[in-house]
Amino acid sequence: MSPSISSDALLPDIGQYLTFQAAGESFAIGILSIKEILEYARLTTVPQMPAFVCGVMNLRGTVVPVIDLAQRLARAPTQPGRRSCIVIVEVRSEEQIQYIGVLVDVVHEVLGIADVDMLPAPAFGSRLRADFIKHMARTAKGFVVVLDIDKALSIDEMALLSQQAGREPADSLGMMD
Amino acid sequence: MNLEQAMQIFLQESAELLDDMERILLDAEADTIDDEQLGALFRAMHTIKGSAGLFGLDDMVAFTHQAENLLDLLRSHEISLNDELSGLLLRCHDHVKAQLAVIAGQPPQGSENSAELLSEIADYLARHHAPTSVGDTVFAQEHEPPAAETGEPRQWLLSLRFGPDMLRNGMDPASFIRYLATLGSVAQIAALMPGLPQDGSYDPETNYLWLEALFTTAVDEVQLSEVFEFAREDSAIFLTPADKLAEGCDKALQGLDDAGRREIIAVWRGWGLPVSADILCDPPPAALAATETAPVAATQDTPSGEPVETAKPQAEPRSGIAKPMDNKFIKVEAGKLDNLINLIGELVIAGAAANLMARRSGQSPLVESTMVIANLIEQIRAETLSMRMVQIGEIFSRFPRVVRDVSKELNKQIKLVISGAETELDKSMVEKLGDPLMHIVRNAIDHGIESLETRRANGKPDEGRVWLNAYHESGSVVIEVADDGGGLSRERILAKAVERGVVSPDAMLAEQDIYRLIFEPGFSTAPIVTNLSGRGVGLDVVKKSIEQLRGSLEIDTEAGLGTTFRLRLPLTLAIIDGFLVEIGRSTFVIPLETVIECMELPAELAADAGKNCLDLRGEALPLLHLRRFLDLPGEPGRRRNIVVVKSGDAKAGLVVDALQGEFQTVIKPLGSLFRHLKAISGSTILGTGDVALILDVPALIQHAAQQEAEHYSLNRELTQQAHRASPALPTTTQDSQSGNLS
Repeated sequence: MSPSISSDALLPDIGQYLTFQAAGESFAIGILSIKEILEYARLTTVPQMPAFVCGVMNLRGTVVPVIDLAQRLARAPTQPGRRSCIVIVEVRSEEQIQYIGVLVDVVHEVLGIADVDMLPAPAFGSRLRADFIKHMARTAKGFVVVLDIDKALSIDEMALLSQQAGREPADSLGMMD
Repeated sequence: MNLEQAMQIFLQESAELLDDMERILLDAEADTIDDEQLGALFRAMHTIKGSAGLFGLDDMVAFTHQAENLLDLLRSHEISLNDELSGLLLRCHDHVKAQLAVIAGQPPQGSENSAELLSEIADYLARHHAPTSVGDTVFAQEHEPPAAETGEPRQWLLSLRFGPDMLRNGMDPASFIRYLATLGSVAQIAALMPGLPQDGSYDPETNYLWLEALFTTAVDEVQLSEVFEFAREDSAIFLTPADKLAEGCDKALQGLDDAGRREIIAVWRGWGLPVSADILCDPPPAALAATETAPVAATQDTPSGEPVETAKPQAEPRSGIAKPMDNKFIKVEAGKLDNLINLIGELVIAGAAANLMARRSGQSPLVESTMVIANLIEQIRAETLSMRMVQIGEIFSRFPRVVRDVSKELNKQIKLVISGAETELDKSMVEKLGDPLMHIVRNAIDHGIESLETRRANGKPDEGRVWLNAYHESGSVVIEVADDGGGLSRERILAKAVERGVVSPDAMLAEQDIYRLIFEPGFSTAPIVTNLSGRGVGLDVVKKSIEQLRGSLEIDTEAGLGTTFRLRLPLTLAIIDGFLVEIGRSTFVIPLETVIECMELPAELAADAGKNCLDLRGEALPLLHLRRFLDLPGEPGRRRNIVVVKSGDAKAGLVVDALQGEFQTVIKPLGSLFRHLKAISGSTILGTGDVALILDVPALIQHAAQQEAEHYSLNRELTQQAHRASPALPTTTQDSQSGNLS
């Protein structure tokens, strides 16, 4: 941790955010919903799931789903590389906390962002679903989208999408080639 | 032991007693009741009353006292058990249970008013039992304990020499006196402290207090001595009728040192009790033996006439406090067990990794020792997992009561037959199964079993039957609820479904699909809405909760003969023996119970992808290409294998790339994101740390069959025909369709 962060933490109206890159764009997530950051390792793919579900991984005995954030945000699939990371986040769903792994290109840093620098999302131009954006954060390196992780990774919504995905190919899977 | 702990023991013990009571009452309805059971009923209420008195729970004492009176008359055969009485007693049971729940800190439920129940008891007694004056003959009665409070009051000498550990055991001498006050009146009382140290070594937690009291009461010796049941273990309690003291005082003073003896006798003399002069010296052994054979009370052969020296030898820990220790169970918080299982799961993985490293190092002593550790870990895991398994009887046991109540309410005669109660399944599963099962059973009684008139008209016995059965089959637990009622009416279900708009009138449905309609929300075929069912709320909830447990529901029904609901549930968290197979880079686990055999995929089948049946020793075995079915990437390998699996009666051959062999594993749930996955029941972690998915074989077979049925159905042909025909020649659609049909 750099000294600038610890001094930031002393100020009341500054929040801590993890910034990272997915699909070539910068995003941020509030640090309180992040459990840990892991190096990318081979995942177990789960059949009949939509493309944004990369698979499942073993987080010290717990099986955790891993989501490709780029595909969830309707971008091109992430190509896992040397710097790819899996960010384990806590998502609240039906009063329960669930861990989800988020596959991202690269993790940048933890930033302290003052509340005054948190701006509402623009009417358009972000190429994202409006409810996924919590804020636009103004940083030294330009604007960063702060994701509303409970919405963007809503278990209910993703389960619904998965159900649709599981249904569609049902017939194409028929017995003959 | 503090008071809070004692209270917990009281609550637990009372709950057990109440369960016993309910069971006996329900048994008694089906069968006759013997004296032993009557005694047990009485003791249940009596013990609860006694313990409640110790805790100063006056309401409960007052209530249980009346219930106890009723049971006492029952025990002495002055009234007999009939339907009305057992109904009344069951309600008393419910009431006490509700009171206990409130004491345990649960919010009060809408339980019955105790005053109303009490007046019903009194009313019942007035109608069925004219109180007889037993009077002085109380102790002369042979083989029958006197009825409570019917005897003439007499004076008792209570010599209560409480043990030094009394306070530490959470008992308060004052509470005994308080409770005694509810049974009679204390005429004289004196406190003695012969053991109080004079040298300042006084310990505030040690009890030095002895009490001598003259007590006037109408209750008999047995009841009186049971007041002190809790104190028996470490105290010397001596009870005798005051006028019989002369005969029993040797015994009363036995085991005391001279100082204590002198103090007690001084008190007795002060109260004008007959004390013989020679009492101060130790009685000779002969005299002692004589007192043993000639006990205090008037008669020798009645239970109440036995010497009431209630101080028990230490070797016999039969006191209220010690009882729970007899129980072979330890209650453990479920969360702790879950943590333990998780840790052991990680230990297994770590152990496997260590084993792998050891083998790579090539040092055979190291390999050997890691093998020993792995073996031990395996045993620990098996034991820990089995800790979570409970017998399904835990839920089944509440059904006799439900069936009784519901059948009474509906005025049907129903016999419940329970089998397979010893089938084990996961504790968490058992908890979630209670409500759905309850619904199905109620449904069977209400809708399944016909009314008495209909049964008679159809030549069936008056008494309807409901079966509850459980067994293990191919790695799942099957629970069946069957009835011998009228069966489901296909036509009525279809008509209702069309009326409700659940299906379109021209839909063509398979038999099972029609029956499954009753699980749709808002669906009920009951012509009359009853209190119990018919509102159409319920079966859809049942279906949902079973699906949440990743189980499935089947219905077998035959018109006029009955219906069987079959719940098939996975053994989550069970020790699953898996069979590892490889498809491309993915590893899958097939539950070993479903695997029959393995073989290589014959070359002619591998080449011809269109052929999907294998001649397995004259039997046609359908093949399921998992790679294609699960839509896995990659090309099939040159050598492939078939795993022959079964689910119920259905068999199938799963085509996979490679076989890796058996593997014992812990099921890890996949979470709600994957809840729609039909063919996968969970996941597991391999020794390498990778996650492998567990195939749900029954669902897989069912799913494949369903797909094929949809693929090759008349409906589909029709739509295809329509598609083909309509764009080009819209006017001739009609023709082409009718042509196809003819």
